[in-house]
Amino acid sequence: MKRASPVRQRLAALGLLGVPLLTYPLLSLPGGNLAGIPATYFYLFGVWAGLIALAAWVAERRGK
Amino acid sequence: MISGWLVAALSTFYLAVLFAVARFGDARADAGKSIISANVYALSLAVYCTSWTFFGSVGRATSGGLSFLTIYIGPTLMLMCVGVILKMIRISKVYRITSIADFIASRYGKSQLLAGLVTVIAVIGVVPYIALQLKAVAASLNVLFQQSDHALLPWWLDSTLLIAAVLALFTILFGTRHLDATERHEGMVAAVAFESVVKLVAFIAVGLFVTYGMFGGLSDIFQRATESPELARLLQLDSSRAGTWTAMILLSGLAIIFLPRQFQIIVVENVDESHLKRAVWLFPLYLLLINVFVLPLALGGLLHFNGQGFNPDTFVLTLPLARGAESLALLAFIGGLSAATGMVIVETIALSTMVCNDLVMPFLLRSTWLKTEKQQDLSGLLIGIRRVAIVLILLLGYIYFRAAGEAYALVGIGLISFAAVAQFAPAMFGGMYWKQGTRAGAVSGLLAGFGIWLYTLLLPSFAKSGWIGSGFVEQGLFGIGLLKAQALFGLSGLDEISHCLWWSLFANIGCYVAVSLNSKPDAVEASQAERFVDIFRHAGRDADARLWRGNASVEALVGLLERFLGPLRARQQLAIYAQGRGAVDWHSLPADADFVHFAESELAGAIGSASARVMVASVAQEEDLGLDEVLDILDEATQVRAYSKELEVKQQALEVATAELRGANERLRELDSMKDDFISTVTHELRTPLTSIRALSEMLHEDPEMDLSDRKRFLGIIVNEAERLTRLINQILDMAKLESGRAEWTTSEVDVGNLVREAIDSLGQLFREKGVALESEIPATGPIVLADRDRLTQVMINLLSNAVKFVPGGSGRVHVRVGSDQKSVRVVVSDNGPGLTAEECNVIFEKFRQGGNTMTDKPQGTGLGLPISRQIVEFFGGNLWVESQPGAGAAFIFTVPLPAPEA
Repeated sequence: MKRASPVRQRLAALGLLGVPLLTYPLLSLPGGNLAGIPATYFYLFGVWAGLIALAAWVAERRGK
Repeated sequence: MISGWLVAALSTFYLAVLFAVARFGDARADAGKSIISANVYALSLAVYCTSWTFFGSVGRATSGGLSFLTIYIGPTLMLMCVGVILKMIRISKVYRITSIADFIASRYGKSQLLAGLVTVIAVIGVVPYIALQLKAVAASLNVLFQQSDHALLPWWLDSTLLIAAVLALFTILFGTRHLDATERHEGMVAAVAFESVVKLVAFIAVGLFVTYGMFGGLSDIFQRATESPELARLLQLDSSRAGTWTAMILLSGLAIIFLPRQFQIIVVENVDESHLKRAVWLFPLYLLLINVFVLPLALGGLLHFNGQGFNPDTFVLTLPLARGAESLALLAFIGGLSAATGMVIVETIALSTMVCNDLVMPFLLRSTWLKTEKQQDLSGLLIGIRRVAIVLILLLGYIYFRAAGEAYALVGIGLISFAAVAQFAPAMFGGMYWKQGTRAGAVSGLLAGFGIWLYTLLLPSFAKSGWIGSGFVEQGLFGIGLLKAQALFGLSGLDEISHCLWWSLFANIGCYVAVSLNSKPDAVEASQAERFVDIFRHAGRDADARLWRGNASVEALVGLLERFLGPLRARQQLAIYAQGRGAVDWHSLPADADFVHFAESELAGAIGSASARVMVASVAQEEDLGLDEVLDILDEATQVRAYSKELEVKQQALEVATAELRGANERLRELDSMKDDFISTVTHELRTPLTSIRALSEMLHEDPEMDLSDRKRFLGIIVNEAERLTRLINQILDMAKLESGRAEWTTSEVDVGNLVREAIDSLGQLFREKGVALESEIPATGPIVLADRDRLTQVMINLLSNAVKFVPGGSGRVHVRVGSDQKSVRVVVSDNGPGLTAEECNVIFEKFRQGGNTMTDKPQGTGLGLPISRQIVEFFGGNLWVESQPGAGAAFIFTVPLPAPEA
């Protein structure tokens, strides 16, 4: 890894993006049920999985 | 029915497998074929998931709903700040840092005081956490044995102590193989990664079994939970606890890097910095997977054992047992066991290194006993201390577990531990990014934060367990209401963890910053601050070597190394170092600053940076560099960097200038050849009329009998050609003047409309002779521009005579229009002649280019009119160009800017 590499900055940006997405007040938005499963449950795991997928894409994109 | 022997055999077998994995890892590491890949590294980070995760998450979910997730979201977000973690890893590698205590101490001037303080905080904060692991194993054994006979072991030996002893043995075998604590414990890491897989598989197996075996899938569980008002509450997030939610994310985000075991795994055990790229997403994925079934398990347990009073912390075991799935329960037990053992092993190694290097060593180094036996090899003693520390820490954990039992002090300890290690954050982050942070600041910040943590979190947890009076919690210390431990200064409405986190970090950061700003660092501190903060820039040791000045002897330093590392390892490292400096062996090396630095960092790996500094100082007479001198040296290093950067910039500028010069040279050559072309063209152009004049004159001269009409015709031609010659020479002179800038200009106000009309009048005869219609569209007066009247007339006449030249006689039409906008006057002379191709439109303004085909037609002009016109127009700031298409006539347009309106 080089200094100030774009990969590192992108990952840090993802982490910063995660903070508002996974805290209040955004967290109080989803309500009700989706296919019998609470929407909050879906939202939390969905956003979390999304962040992980993006991080994987950013980190592994250009070989190792 | 699960028999005690089966459980014992299974546990023994599992631990044996663990031993085998660790041995394999160590064997491969010794053979130089490390099995620590990026995936293994990422999995080993999951040592974060202890039995507190494995059993406790379900328990937390039964009371707090989804809020247990914060403990795993925080690490996910923290890990994405790869830059921070990378910096920690790089610093630790370069300065051979072995623990978080060493890190903080080394940054703030290799301070033994600070190292000891951090160690004490870590031990007090974490030992109860180890006790919690033992308790989890004990509790899970209890659940398994509930149905069977309990008399497997004699009364004085209980299973938990046995487990603790086995763990101590394991840790000693794989955690203290080498003395050098920076040497990685690859076998242990491999075992931890293996355990991570086991606990994930076990937990997901139980989750699938409960969700799809005992219930009809996720939606079935959630549906049934919604029907009960009590359980429905767990499915909804309580937005009144928004503050707690965020605080937990912050807390767990800090814990993932500052818990001693996490620091050990992430930083000390890191083999390759690029492994971090895998961990950044694989470890969060692990956390996500292990949490998917937590809420379903909690709800399932509550639904299944409705009101039977089962402990929710053991749902992972009791749910499969309730359905008779004994082998699954055993798998769950093994999963819980692996979660507990992984945590205990790594945490004990990390703590034992800290205790040995930062608590015991400082005392040993001061004691006279060590000094009297100067030549003794101390490496064995060091390993011994570490082993004893491991046993003691585990024993301490066991005693705490026996004492606390079911008390609150043990149940709530997970988050209490997190809050303790969170106190390291200001000193760590400040140390990595803020050069001004001083030792005094770090010490006061840590003390303040730790004190508040003790008062608002740990002591109240003791009070709740009934060990001490709870007066300070309920009425406040000395009955002062403002000092109520969990509503400090009246701050209420927060839960106890957020309350403690808020106050302790407030005090910690406040003291750290305030004291740092008001204290002066000493020389060592200042240089360490520089090295830590600028680690990525200090690639070499340029400043390091100059920051030490004094007298030392190679023999004394080597003796020191041999004492602490053992003779074998010392010689090994010396040989590597000598090779790196290009020497045959170390005897020939000078005892210079670089050698002292090498010796100190080698020692730091074994006994910690603070003790290493003391030891090196004991054999080498170091000249005391004042703070100013150190800062000068560091400034110098910074300046050298700045100069080299400047040099680089200058070199680039030079390259640019060279390229420009080359371009200019090329243009000059081009101009030179153009000049040659010009001269040859001019001579050619002059010769054509001269030749015809000479030929005709000779004919007249040689034939006196020539007809009068012929003679007249010839003379007419001669006169015409002579005129053309004169015109040509005049124009060449004109051109030369214009180009050299020596032309004379008389600038005055010129009415363009008037000027164009005059030009048309003066050429009217020409148009009439050829039968060309001339139309004009000119305003009665103006527009007025500042220009040379005669020159502008010259342009106009040139354009008109060109037009009349190229239109067909009889049917030709020329149109002149004068217009203006706000900025300039625009004169258009358009005709219905043959027109020009796009290429011709460009070349027509070159010198000696003529319209029409010069090869077949007689030249009709000099080929200098348009270039001269263009030069004139451009001199007045305007433009001259042509718009044309073949066959559609041509429009010559020139503009002259209007004078700026007077203000």
